[in-house]
Amino acid sequence: MTGTDGLSRRVFLARLGIGFNAIVAMLLGVPIVRYILSPITRERRSGYESWLSLGSLDQFPQGQTRFATYRNPVVNAWDGETATIACWVRRLAGEKFQVFAINCAHLGCPVRWFPQSNLFMCPCHGGAYYADGSRASGPPERGLFEYPYKIEAGNLFIRAGEIPTPGRVAAVAAEKPSCA
Amino acid sequence: MRLIERVSDWLDQRLQLATSIRATMAHPVPRETASWFYVFGSAALTVFVLQIVTGILLALVYVPSAGEAWSSLQILNHDVSLGWFIRALHGWGSNFMIAIVLIHMVQVFLFGAYKYPRELTWIVGVLLLLMTLGMAFTGQVLRFDQDAYWGLGIGVSIASRVPVMGPWLVNLLLGGPIIAGATLSRFFALHVFVVPGLLIAFVVVHLILVLALGINEWPMPGRVVRRATYMEEYHRLTHGGDGIPFVPAAVWKDIFFSGFILLSIVACATILGPFGPGGAPDPTIIQTAPRPDYFFLWLYAVLSLLPPSLETPALLIVPGIVLLVLLALPFVSGEGEKSWRRRPIAVLTILLLAVALGSFTNLSGHAPWSPAMDAWSGEPIPAHYLKERTALERQGALVFQVKQCHNCHALDEHGGHRGPTLDAVAVRLTHDQLIRQVIQGGGNMPAYGKNLSPAETTALVAFLETLHPAGQAPARDASQAVASSFPQP
Repeated sequence: MTGTDGLSRRVFLARLGIGFNAIVAMLLGVPIVRYILSPITRERRSGYESWLSLGSLDQFPQGQTRFATYRNPVVNAWDGETATIACWVRRLAGEKFQVFAINCAHLGCPVRWFPQSNLFMCPCHGGAYYADGSRASGPPERGLFEYPYKIEAGNLFIRAGEIPTPGRVAAVAAEKPSCA
Repeated sequence: MRLIERVSDWLDQRLQLATSIRATMAHPVPRETASWFYVFGSAALTVFVLQIVTGILLALVYVPSAGEAWSSLQILNHDVSLGWFIRALHGWGSNFMIAIVLIHMVQVFLFGAYKYPRELTWIVGVLLLLMTLGMAFTGQVLRFDQDAYWGLGIGVSIASRVPVMGPWLVNLLLGGPIIAGATLSRFFALHVFVVPGLLIAFVVVHLILVLALGINEWPMPGRVVRRATYMEEYHRLTHGGDGIPFVPAAVWKDIFFSGFILLSIVACATILGPFGPGGAPDPTIIQTAPRPDYFFLWLYAVLSLLPPSLETPALLIVPGIVLLVLLALPFVSGEGEKSWRRRPIAVLTILLLAVALGSFTNLSGHAPWSPAMDAWSGEPIPAHYLKERTALERQGALVFQVKQCHNCHALDEHGGHRGPTLDAVAVRLTHDQLIRQVIQGGGNMPAYGKNLSPAETTALVAFLETLHPAGQAPARDASQAVASSFPQP
């Protein structure tokens, strides 16, 4: 047993110790990463979206576009008013509807409906859309986001629950072509 | 007196710090660096300390909950003694900090201080700038009002455009599917723990580097930086006859400037008061025109002026390029002239950036790209445009108001500026061109064909044809005049 042997043994033990801690760090790291990613992973599994009622059909006169709100399906007790989301409901005729997201397809600002000029206008960067939601002018690259809808027992339901953004809508469209 | 001495001796025997602190304070710096140009770094640090103190004071009352944050800010503004003042200090401190950090950066750039051997100091400084801007954005979110809510919407709309990862990034940023309680909680954690923690760590590294490498000498035209000789030359500047101790020979200017900045923040806070909060963060209140805080206004303007097809690439690629340029700068030009007198491109770059950012910020002040949403009901057509007009033309003026043309088109400087001013439109467009433009739109104007009856279009165009200066004839279609001169078959 020489001194250098003793030293190399201690160096080996120190390295072993570092390796041991690396394993512990990994054991710790996995749950931490999963915790951080929970808004993507855990909630995704059940899905953020569900069918929500916008109320009775009588509220939406034929040929007009009306403001409507719904309570988001995934809510925390401390969300306050932020969990109440607005949308625009256009009743073309009978049971034919278009339900538009309030968010401009450019950068998500709230668009306003002007029945006088039959346009949706955005206050942020001047995006404008026609009554059917298609792009009229300004920076948006596409028309307004639309929610899938259905009618049950005289009530209008939409499938919603997640903020519509240009990237997500494009991704959803790529995944499953037009299924409501 | 003797008691203080004994206590400090007792402490120093245990801490063993007095010698190194004294050496650090008295370290020699080049004589010319005791200048009013070298005070911005210490001033930024002073304001950062003010932000930490006022931030902690605000956290005593603020509630980081989507349902309560806005009302807790109202309590701070109106119910807590001098709560408004602490909020104002924190808000104005934030503006001053960004301004001083930017000035510091410009000074460092123009004085060539990023060159060898201070490359890492510059890189850490760039990271500190990013963190400062990060603090500004997250702080704006914590002032949980309408602007904060829709500002988050803008943020995630941009993030969502990242290829493949976009939708996940949105959920990660928001902490869920929508802007709500979880969103505010995570921005609170970022603003109060994560970014300040990083800021403190990087400020320490930045300071250690400044002390270790010495303050940048005053750049002299012709005194060129060379890796081989620089250290020796710098040593001569500090330890030769020209070196002076940092304390007290140079530090007094830092102290005075920091005091002056603090006093300015106090003055702004006292006179101009706190920022907001604006309207309650209720997404069903849509009568709002969200705008970002001052230092992001230029970006707000750029986002409306970029052509739609360029926007996504520009948003995703340009920030990366800018960051890369900033980080690569000391490696690309790590040697050579330091003096701005011999670096015309550096000076021009700063001027160009200043003019560009200034112009965009100024543009965002009157936002000509957005329709004036209430011009149709709030801005009457000037009376002289209606005098001595036929019934049809006046009917057209009515259509102009009711169909909200006025929201985008100004008459006599009143109304929107989204589209061209129409005071002389009849000189530019003929009767047929006017009809076509109204019905088909184009050139960024929506088409009104479906929205106007033929009678309304006729009246509107009749009114538009009256819009020309008194001495100037309206445009006419020359070929039509010729064609109509032939006898009909």
